[in-house]
Amino acid sequence: MGARNCREPCRRCALPLSRSRFLQGSQDNVIQAFAFYLFATIVIASGALTIVSRNPVHSVLWLILAFFNAAGLMLLIGAEFIAMLLVIVYVGAVAVLFLFVVMMLDIDFAELRAGFTRYLPFGLLIAVVLLCEMIFAVGVWNFADIGPDARMGTIDPDVPNIEAIGRALYDRYLLVFEGAGIVLLVAMVGAIVLTHRERGGVRPQNIGKQIKRRPEDATRNTQPEVGKGVEL
Amino acid sequence: MIGLGHYLVVGAILFVMGVLGIFLNRKNIIIILMAIELILLAVNINLVAFSAFLGDIVGQVFAMFVLTVAAGEAAIGLAILVIYFRGRGTIAVDDVNRMKG
Repeated sequence: MGARNCREPCRRCALPLSRSRFLQGSQDNVIQAFAFYLFATIVIASGALTIVSRNPVHSVLWLILAFFNAAGLMLLIGAEFIAMLLVIVYVGAVAVLFLFVVMMLDIDFAELRAGFTRYLPFGLLIAVVLLCEMIFAVGVWNFADIGPDARMGTIDPDVPNIEAIGRALYDRYLLVFEGAGIVLLVAMVGAIVLTHRERGGVRPQNIGKQIKRRPEDATRNTQPEVGKGVEL
Repeated sequence: MIGLGHYLVVGAILFVMGVLGIFLNRKNIIIILMAIELILLAVNINLVAFSAFLGDIVGQVFAMFVLTVAAGEAAIGLAILVIYFRGRGTIAVDDVNRMKG
């Protein structure tokens, strides 16, 4: 793999050889394979535990572990920015949101477990069929001979990952990027509108009313006779 | 050597696990939402794997968009879950018929 800057695609798999910069030497290969199998095993195991845990809090924690290891998988193939984004967005925001909701609601989870074993055979059947189909599809599938010209944005090993993503994102996909921003805005507004509630029986501060208040509305000068008292 | 096929198999297994999670936890909508997150994670793994092994950065850009939609979906889903819980006092969703649809 000495041809670092070879732009010719590899004959067997139509891959540019330059992409294999992290595959130099058999030692690195072994380490990479070991890391891949480690991350993949933990991802799959924690994914399984996410869906079978009795306690949803444990489910969320397993989900966090799955996302961490998926980030590791993505690091292995050089997608550093997506890996960091997974950790920040999922572990930092989404998983915490899940944890918050799970702990905030007072839910009888044992009741919700009913029917778990009833659906197990059917679900397993569907899952096995789906998995077999997918693995067959991956097995018989081959790379089409994609030339370098067919790529929308070639990965250059000399350009950092985040810079390459930025160049694609703010250039060709600028409109889609703005659309993603609108999606997030709508999600934020929607979540607030859905969960906001006006509570009766509380006396909130009315700032407008406070500002409009004048001294002559609030106080009154009277000079009552002695013994007569004041009528309020 | 680890190739594209390895990553695709991991993505496929994770996807199937998400589907299985939806089947197994028919009542618990929190776990259903987490299973949907697993499915979207599998999609992201596929996108990033194709991006890296085909040498095209666009897959990673689209993985970001999937991430965006997943975050918005989780927020809206949990908001709906919270108001549903307020109204019903439970989150058993296998017999939801409030709108008589």
